[in-house]
Amino acid sequence: MNSVIAYITFRGMLGRRRALLLFLLPAVLLLLSIVLRVTGHSDLDTATALLMQFGLGALLPLLALLAGTGVIAPEIDDGQIMYLLTKPIARPVISTTKFLVAVVLVIAFGVLPIFVSAVIMNGMTANLATGFAAGALVGGIAYCALFIAIAVLSRFAVTIGLIYALVWENLLARYASGAKTLSIRQWAISVTDMITNATAVKADVGTATAVPLLIVLTVAGVVFAGWKLRTLSITGTD
Amino acid sequence: MTSVIHDIGYRHYDGPRLGRGYAVRSLFVHNLRAAYGLGRPAKAKIMPFLLFAIMLLPAAISVAITAFSASAGLGKSLPLIRYSAYAVYLQPLIAIFLAAQAPVLASRDLRFHVTPLYFSRPLSRLDYVLAKYGAVATALLILLATPVTIVFIGALATEQKHLDTHTVQFLAALGGCVIFALVLGGIGLVVAAFTPRRGFGVTAVMAVYLLSSAAVASVQGIAESQTRFGIARWAGLFTPFDLVDGVQVWALRLKQSAPEPPPSGLGGPVFTLACAAIVAGSLAILYLRFRKAGAQ
Repeated sequence: MNSVIAYITFRGMLGRRRALLLFLLPAVLLLLSIVLRVTGHSDLDTATALLMQFGLGALLPLLALLAGTGVIAPEIDDGQIMYLLTKPIARPVISTTKFLVAVVLVIAFGVLPIFVSAVIMNGMTANLATGFAAGALVGGIAYCALFIAIAVLSRFAVTIGLIYALVWENLLARYASGAKTLSIRQWAISVTDMITNATAVKADVGTATAVPLLIVLTVAGVVFAGWKLRTLSITGTD
Repeated sequence: MTSVIHDIGYRHYDGPRLGRGYAVRSLFVHNLRAAYGLGRPAKAKIMPFLLFAIMLLPAAISVAITAFSASAGLGKSLPLIRYSAYAVYLQPLIAIFLAAQAPVLASRDLRFHVTPLYFSRPLSRLDYVLAKYGAVATALLILLATPVTIVFIGALATEQKHLDTHTVQFLAALGGCVIFALVLGGIGLVVAAFTPRRGFGVTAVMAVYLLSSAAVASVQGIAESQTRFGIARWAGLFTPFDLVDGVQVWALRLKQSAPEPPPSGLGGPVFTLACAAIVAGSLAILYLRFRKAGAQ
C-alpha cells in the first residue's frame, strides 16, 4: 500500500470524464428504485428482480470493469506506468494499491448504491439490503481482482472482461448451467442468499463452493497482477 | 532594394487530381478495413475476427444439426434459427464488437489530433462523418448478414419445405440487418467520439447498451408481473435491440424476437421514427463534434 500511488490513481479516476460514468451508473439504479417506491410497486419480489438483474447483473460488473481496468490500463497504454515502475517501489505494492483503489471505488459507486436502493424499496425487510450489499461487496472485490489481472496481461482487457461478463456469465450460463459454477455473479448471489430471508433470491451455486472460489480468485488475481507487473513490456498497437 | 523570388527547383504536382469523391471513398475503405483490424498489427485483428468467428458459430451449428437430423431421418427435421432473430439472440456479441471497434474508428483521430490533416484535403466535415458512419454500418452489416446468409444457404442445401417463404423471410431479415447496422453504428460512434481515451470508449459504449437493456428488462419484468402490458411494450423503445426488432415486426412483417412486441396501433410508426431519429441525430452530433475537433 502506497499512499501517493493511491492518491494519483484516485485523481486519475475521478478527475476525468470517466467520473461522469461512475456517477451515472448508480444514478440509474437509484432512479429506478425511487420510481418503484413512489408508484407503490416495490414489493420484495420486484426489489429482488431489480437488484439481481440490474444491480448484480449489469451495474456491478460494469463498474468493476471500469474501475478494475481503469486504475492501471490507461497508464500501461500510454507508457506512463514506466515512471512508476522505475521508482524503488515493489511491483506487487503498485498493483495491490491500485487494486485497493478499484475496490474502494466499487464500494462507493456500486455496493453503497445497491444497499441504498434496497433500503429505499423495502427498508431492512428480510435482510434484503444487507444481503445484496454483502453479495455485491464480495462479488465486486472478486471482479476487481480478475479485471486488474486481465488489465496487466492484455491490452484488450476491457473487451476480454466484457466477453467474460456478457458471453460467459449471461449468454452461456443461460443455456449451459455448468458455466454458472464459474461465474462471479452466481457466487455473489450465493452469498446474498445466505444472508437474506427473501425466497425470491435463489442461488444456483452453494456457499460451500462459492466462498472458497471467491477467495481463491481474489488472491490469485492480485498475486498474478503483482507477479506479471515485474515483467511488463510496453508496446503500442495504435 | 528589390526582392527576388528565387526558383530553387521545387516542382509542383502535375498529375491527376482525384478529388473529393475519391477521398471519401478512400476514407470509407480505410475505416472499413480498420474496423476488422486489416492494415493494422496482428494484435488488432484478434478481437474483431474472434468475435466474427463466434458470431458464425451458432449459424454453422444450426445448419449442421438440421442437416444431420434430416439425413439421419429422425422423422421431423429440426428447424433452423429464424433469420430475423439472429441479431436479437446474439446481441451481447454484437454489442461487444461495436464497443470494441467503434472507438478504433471514432477515437483515434481525435486522440492523436490528426483531423486537421484530413480537413486540409478537399473533404468536407460531412464527408468525413459520412465515410466513418458508412464504414461502421458496413462493418456491422458484414457481421450481422454473414451468419444469416449461412443459415439461408443451409436452408437451400438441406432443401427445407416452403423455400419461397424462406427466401422472403431471408430478404426481410437482411433489411432488418441494415436497420440494426445503421442504428447501432450511430449510437456506438457518437459515444466513442466523446470518449477519446483508449479503453474508456469501449466501456462507455458498453455502458449505454448494458444499462439500457438491463433497465428495460427489469422494467418489463416488473410491468409484466403487475399486468401493465402497455408499459412493458413501450419500454422496448429505450433499448436499441428491442427498438429495431419492433421495426422489424411492424415494417418488415417479421415475427417478434425481442421479449416484447411493439405496442399495437401507434407503436410501430413511433419505433420506426425513433430509429430514423437516432440515425439522423447521431449524424448531426458527429458533424458538430468533428467540426471543431482540430482546435484543441
